[in-house]
Amino acid sequence: MSSRVVLITGVSRYLGGKLASLLSADPSIERVIGVDVVPPRQDVGRTEFVRADIRNPIIAKVIASAQVDTVVHMSVIATPFGAGGRTAMKEINVIGTMQLLAACQKAPTLQKLVVRSTTAVYGSSSRDPALFTEGMEPRAQFRSGYGKDSIEVEGYVRGLGRRRPDVDVTLLRFANFIGPRIDTPLTRYFALPAVPRMLGFDPRIQFVHEDDGIEVLRRAVLEQRRGTFNVAGSGVLLLSQAIRRAGRPAVQIPSPAVSAVGSLFRRVGLVDFSPEQMQFLQFGRGVDTTRLVEDFGYRPAYPTRAAFDDFVAGRELKRYIDPDRVAGIEQRVLAEVERRRAAHA
Amino acid sequence: MPEARVIQIDGRDGPGTSPRRARRAARCSAVAGDGERCREKAVAEGLCGEHLAQHERSLATATAPEWEQKLAGALAFVRRRVTGDYPIDDFGFDPDLTEHVLLAAMRPLYEKYFRVEVRGLDNIPSTGGALVVANHSGTVPIDAMMTQLAIYDHHPAHRHLRMLGADLVFKSPLIAPLARKGGSTLACNEDAERLMSGGELAGVWPEGFKGIGKPFSERYKLQRFGRGGFVSAALRSGVPIIPCSIVGAEEIYPVIGNVKILARLLGFPYVPVTPFFPLLGPLGLLPLPSKWIIEFGEPIATDELGSGAADDPMLVFNLTDQVREVIQQTLYKLLLARRSVFF
Repeated sequence: MSSRVVLITGVSRYLGGKLASLLSADPSIERVIGVDVVPPRQDVGRTEFVRADIRNPIIAKVIASAQVDTVVHMSVIATPFGAGGRTAMKEINVIGTMQLLAACQKAPTLQKLVVRSTTAVYGSSSRDPALFTEGMEPRAQFRSGYGKDSIEVEGYVRGLGRRRPDVDVTLLRFANFIGPRIDTPLTRYFALPAVPRMLGFDPRIQFVHEDDGIEVLRRAVLEQRRGTFNVAGSGVLLLSQAIRRAGRPAVQIPSPAVSAVGSLFRRVGLVDFSPEQMQFLQFGRGVDTTRLVEDFGYRPAYPTRAAFDDFVAGRELKRYIDPDRVAGIEQRVLAEVERRRAAHA
Repeated sequence: MPEARVIQIDGRDGPGTSPRRARRAARCSAVAGDGERCREKAVAEGLCGEHLAQHERSLATATAPEWEQKLAGALAFVRRRVTGDYPIDDFGFDPDLTEHVLLAAMRPLYEKYFRVEVRGLDNIPSTGGALVVANHSGTVPIDAMMTQLAIYDHHPAHRHLRMLGADLVFKSPLIAPLARKGGSTLACNEDAERLMSGGELAGVWPEGFKGIGKPFSERYKLQRFGRGGFVSAALRSGVPIIPCSIVGAEEIYPVIGNVKILARLLGFPYVPVTPFFPLLGPLGLLPLPSKWIIEFGEPIATDELGSGAADDPMLVFNLTDQVREVIQQTLYKLLLARRSVFF
């Protein structure tokens, strides 16, 4: 059972647009319908764009009239940055999903639902296991934020799965996206001229390369992959190590000053440091991707480290601490020592 | 830059994509399959003058005096640290830092100060998962670090002991990242099983804070062994349990009191009072130079008990007791045999 008519929410954002253009290039797919509140800026091929809010009943009409058989829900947003505040963000994420899923449930043609979720649903705390598997629950309670929204979204998705057992539900929990083109709070963070981090903590972080992420989404649409999957590049990086690989100086901020610095950055509009993001930058998170490799059948082409290196190279971030120069200094010192020894002998 | 691409997919570090590197990579196609710098392959294929020169230099250092080799090693280490070019495993373990800095920093303490004598190392397998279970004492977990160093330095396979620590460790600033880089991870079933099924040598101190913070009057009396979680983890992974008895750590900070109010205020499990601390201030933090013995006992096999054994509470309970009893008896034996606390 392959998809023929695909509806993608959040099509005007980077990943949604990329997926839309890939799917519209695929001849096995008849129609691609993209939904968002603003028109897409990137090329989305033959995707038909519907300007609508998913909270609007028009979505139900679109699904019914176009006989949509696959819905890809990608419009859960991670930061209150562009949404106009936390309340609006929650409104879009949770209420939007409820409305969309209500429309899905009523659509007899629907066969497949693919939802982009996040590994933020596992939270991040000092009591976390090294790697989360799909069956684990967060160890710390959320108060608000992306993780909380995503947990609620996943709850509604599971609800739909129960009420419509004929629909294949694929829930993809992505680690932090990184790559040469995508723009996320973390890519902006690593692009800062000096990267602030919390003194006394060095979290493990994990990335998924944008190309891998899109490929996983594409396969989820084209093939039958029921279930919940963590999507991340293998391996982890330490935050300090990532900053070094980006060739930037790190600024260590003692924990009492962290929230002040964070809100300063937020106010200036440089980087979004939500309390949740701060928690992540304190304790980090890692997920197990065995299920992705074995059940879903996809091994990300970029391990975490390679994904990050590709981001650094692709963005042409100026490396203030250039590895070539460091290696050059090393070689020069050794050569000098050797020369002196030879002169003595 | 096709070469650079291949290496990134492989997950190892190869040349980045700075213009200079790119030019060099374009000139020299001798990048080994594993992404290592091209020296060996360059020599074989006679390519790339720059890397050949590097290779010759490294050959020259091989015949150089010892201090010069050490300097080269130290410089290479600094370069790796500055550029972030070192491996980290999923638990955050940093072997490069552990071997070159953390363990090296503890070695004088191990060799000169506590003069640790280690016995029964042949009970630790050279490969495959295993669980070392030891008694805990000494107010601060120096005993765990010494056990790690004992195995790394003196076991023929130089294995790293992957310790399972309390969540307080991973909550504390400065300590948390060091603990992870040194090979520790949170003491929970998921991590313990992941380590052991992955063929790692895990270490656990099941007495926890009850053991490490107990008063001097109760020295060498084993406390309750948690809830036996370590036994069920070993059963599930099917790895042997190696009892380990540590003598000497009890005497480094003789605890005669506990400031409970301060402990509660600070969120610590205890704030110890010793004859020298806080009386002598920072000087009181100096541990007493006791003579240590670490003895590893015979492994207790768990793989023949079957896969359902971990879900049999009685069996887990008995096995926990057995391990505890072995350690306690070995402690008594070692205490009887030692001449004095300090020699």
